Amino acid sequence: MDPRELTIDQVRLLLDRGEASAVEICQAHLDCIAQRNPETRALLHQDAAAALEQAAQIDRLRKAGQPLPPLAGVPLVIKDNISIRGQRCTCGSKILENYQALYDATVIARLRAAGSLFVGKANMDEFAMGSSTENSAFFPTRNPHALDYVPGGSSGGSAAAVAAGMAVGALGSDTGGSIRQPASFCGVVGVKPTYGRVSRYGLVAFGSSLDQIGPLARTVKDAARLLGAIAGRDTHDATSATLAVPDYVAAIENPVKGLKVGLPRQYFKAGIAPEVTARIQAGLKLLEQLGCELVEVDLPHTEYAIACYYVVAMAEASSNLSRFDGVRYGLRVHGEGTLTGMYRETRDAGFGNEVKRRIILGTFVLSSGYYDAYYLKAQKVRTLIKQDFEKALAKADVIASPTSPTPPFRLGEKSSDPLAMYLSDIFTITANLAGIPGISLPCGRTSSGLPIGLQLLGKHFDECTLLRLGHAFEIAGGFALN
Amino acid sequence: MRYEAVIGLEVHAQLLTKTKIFCTCSTAFGAPPNTNTCPVCLGFPGALPVLNREAAIMASKAALALGCKLNPVSIFARKNYFYPDLPKGYQISQFDRPLAEHGSITIGSNGSSKQVRIKRVHMEEDAGKSIHDGFADSSRYSYIDLNRSGTPLIEIVSEPDLHSPDETHDYLTRMKVILEYLEVCDGNMEEGSLRCDANVSVRLAGESKLGIKTELKNLNSFRFLKNALEYEISRQIQVLEEGGAVVQETRLWNTAEHRTVSMRSKEEAHDYRYFPEPDLPPLVIDNAWESEIRASMPELPDAKRARFISQYGLPEYDASVLTTSRALADFFEETVSLCQSAKAASNWIMGDLLRDLKEFNRTIGESPVRPRAIADLIRLIESGEISGKMGKDVFEAMFRERKSPQEVIAERGLKQITDLGTLERIIREIVAANAKTYEQYKSGKKAALGFFVGQVMKATQGQANPQLVNELLRKILDA
Repeated sequence: MDPRELTIDQVRLLLDRGEASAVEICQAHLDCIAQRNPETRALLHQDAAAALEQAAQIDRLRKAGQPLPPLAGVPLVIKDNISIRGQRCTCGSKILENYQALYDATVIARLRAAGSLFVGKANMDEFAMGSSTENSAFFPTRNPHALDYVPGGSSGGSAAAVAAGMAVGALGSDTGGSIRQPASFCGVVGVKPTYGRVSRYGLVAFGSSLDQIGPLARTVKDAARLLGAIAGRDTHDATSATLAVPDYVAAIENPVKGLKVGLPRQYFKAGIAPEVTARIQAGLKLLEQLGCELVEVDLPHTEYAIACYYVVAMAEASSNLSRFDGVRYGLRVHGEGTLTGMYRETRDAGFGNEVKRRIILGTFVLSSGYYDAYYLKAQKVRTLIKQDFEKALAKADVIASPTSPTPPFRLGEKSSDPLAMYLSDIFTITANLAGIPGISLPCGRTSSGLPIGLQLLGKHFDECTLLRLGHAFEIAGGFALN
Repeated sequence: MRYEAVIGLEVHAQLLTKTKIFCTCSTAFGAPPNTNTCPVCLGFPGALPVLNREAAIMASKAALALGCKLNPVSIFARKNYFYPDLPKGYQISQFDRPLAEHGSITIGSNGSSKQVRIKRVHMEEDAGKSIHDGFADSSRYSYIDLNRSGTPLIEIVSEPDLHSPDETHDYLTRMKVILEYLEVCDGNMEEGSLRCDANVSVRLAGESKLGIKTELKNLNSFRFLKNALEYEISRQIQVLEEGGAVVQETRLWNTAEHRTVSMRSKEEAHDYRYFPEPDLPPLVIDNAWESEIRASMPELPDAKRARFISQYGLPEYDASVLTTSRALADFFEETVSLCQSAKAASNWIMGDLLRDLKEFNRTIGESPVRPRAIADLIRLIESGEISGKMGKDVFEAMFRERKSPQEVIAERGLKQITDLGTLERIIREIVAANAKTYEQYKSGKKAALGFFVGQVMKATQGQANPQLVNELLRKILDA
């Protein structure tokens, strides 16, 4: 059993045939973690005993001849901004270094009920702010395909863990591309669901109107299974949609011939690395061979997207991070014994530079006298961007683009230039602004073997078409494991 | 008077929902600190608010009863500021699009009533409580109790239509009564379930431009409100009289020193950085839901007062007093339904009952005398079994000993003497024993009649039927 090649279906087969116990499957992944984590540093912490106990419960069910839940014995890695009761939930931040979650996030409760095992909590950019996992307050994660390179971010630990075989799948969170971009950099599948498709309850908020939890996996089918397990209405999240959850796994088998693939003219301009352009062009050709029709679409407000995104995301973040004040949990630095001293010194010691930068910018754009010029204007632009997508997706079933304009970059290469880092989010942030779903699919590699990702964006709540086309694409391209 | 005060009131009312506004924790008062809490109202990472439908209904009832128009779509907003008893670092409130707008309350009495406009009613969550005193280490630490965190509030903002402490008192009283009628707030200012801040300015009488205002806080009772307003108005007038200018600031009513003191200046005022709460969808109240809410509302004080006047023929004063609380009005109506004598019921309730309740510090709900007993008492008097005067004593015993009037009368042998023979015998004895007074009466001093009535009542320990005594006395004296 090579954990790097296991899929959810194969885990089930091993269990059903009695070829391996859940404990053995779990142990194989723990071994893989022991072997690969010291070099990749994908995980921040783990509770191996809890995972093995979950596995033992599955084995007890098997022995008793009880039916197994759908994700029985499937080892998963969870981004460390998603609460698992009794485990630390650091968000990659010093301010929550010793914070233990009091409750299960809704997605965790659902995965627990579905029988999956939580083998580790994944490293991330602090509070999901970053695109390389270098902003983790603890250590950067390295790309398992090339250790000098970043795994992307902010869900870099989740993507690296799946690529390295530490888990069959992972959960990440995506506020501006934080699932799709690391999936692209690590050569795995990453899905950002429609806003409201998956409950955010228990996800430590960054940009509340943009955040979505989604799966990372080595195959589209596995991503579909994981999405099916976590999606759906949650009474603890007022923004979760009441819409019924379709059978994503059944949907991927449907034919893709005749699907219209929109290519935004604004996305294929200068600024994309040549090797990325080459792989994406090949990928688009493959889509044509699958019977898809490529059509040009227009997203005229693209040039305002980055500014709009950062205003909205930082405004929400500045408010969301106010609760980390040293009063009830997490880090507390007493200061000179005054209340403001405690606030100042706790937050100064607890937050990293990127987080502070965003809190300051977010506070500024919401300030009296600036609100209209920044926050309100950004909201108006956001509406225009949403409308752009509505029009474009009336002409096309999906929209294709590179996930990232560049292949994975080296550690330290961009960390001194936050603006360059922000600009690399251009293809992914629009989906969060518009609330539409997106998927990043492996789409070949650079000459030096670094993964490149193709992004497909779809209509609201039409994850089915993304998964279905992704499934056909990975099989046709030989990108999938099986 | 050269100066006119201009006052606007911001009232916070805690709603009487069983659970908090954004989570399912209990709102019960008096639980051990930090026990009615959960990840949501403690502001733990990842927790999200979900609006309590009951809170929206109660808030809407209040808004409708205050004559406001409900906005079909209202929006929650975050009010950002740091304070240890505000767990999230922001309060979920409403800002740009509140629940309701454009209402009013009528104050004053018929002769000189006026409308005070209500600008808006919005929903928000309460913060926790900081406890700065009472612990061994209180000099170094403050303690925090988050049981109250997330209790639903409505904020009711008036236009600056009030011009005196009395008007303001009247306005707040009427609002309190309305909220109590609706059973959406218990109106307890001392416990903080009804709180108010006042914006106060003064200007020369006749001037239309508003003066510079101060905001008064810590007005935790009707008395404090009135005292603070009186103080602040004369303070501002004095500042102007001395040629100075009022400084725009927030001032705190200092109960001990009986004055307002500066708390923070305009420059130190918070920038709350309001923005729409992304965790909550807009609150949509469509026509159907609004009708449903309206249908569930009880008769309100103004309507009830008018009905008491027309239906029971009560004077306006009686109707006003009896409708000051829904419980009192219900008590009255139940009494009338049992004895059919509205004015008598009103007199007993407004007079003896309210006096004794006040004396023993009881609410109408705790009254030891129930409507049935008052109705019985009224019937006993009307049928002549006891006199009105005896009734007073009977009532006193009913209240203090928790007995029915029949029991009191039986125990004390208080039956009225109505037997003509007995009364005539008593009267003749008294007249005979007071021959001198009898002579005076006969010589024209008719006032001596009162003396004889008193003697008869004394002799009968008050049990003689006064009407009969009068009739018989005249007959005998004038014979």
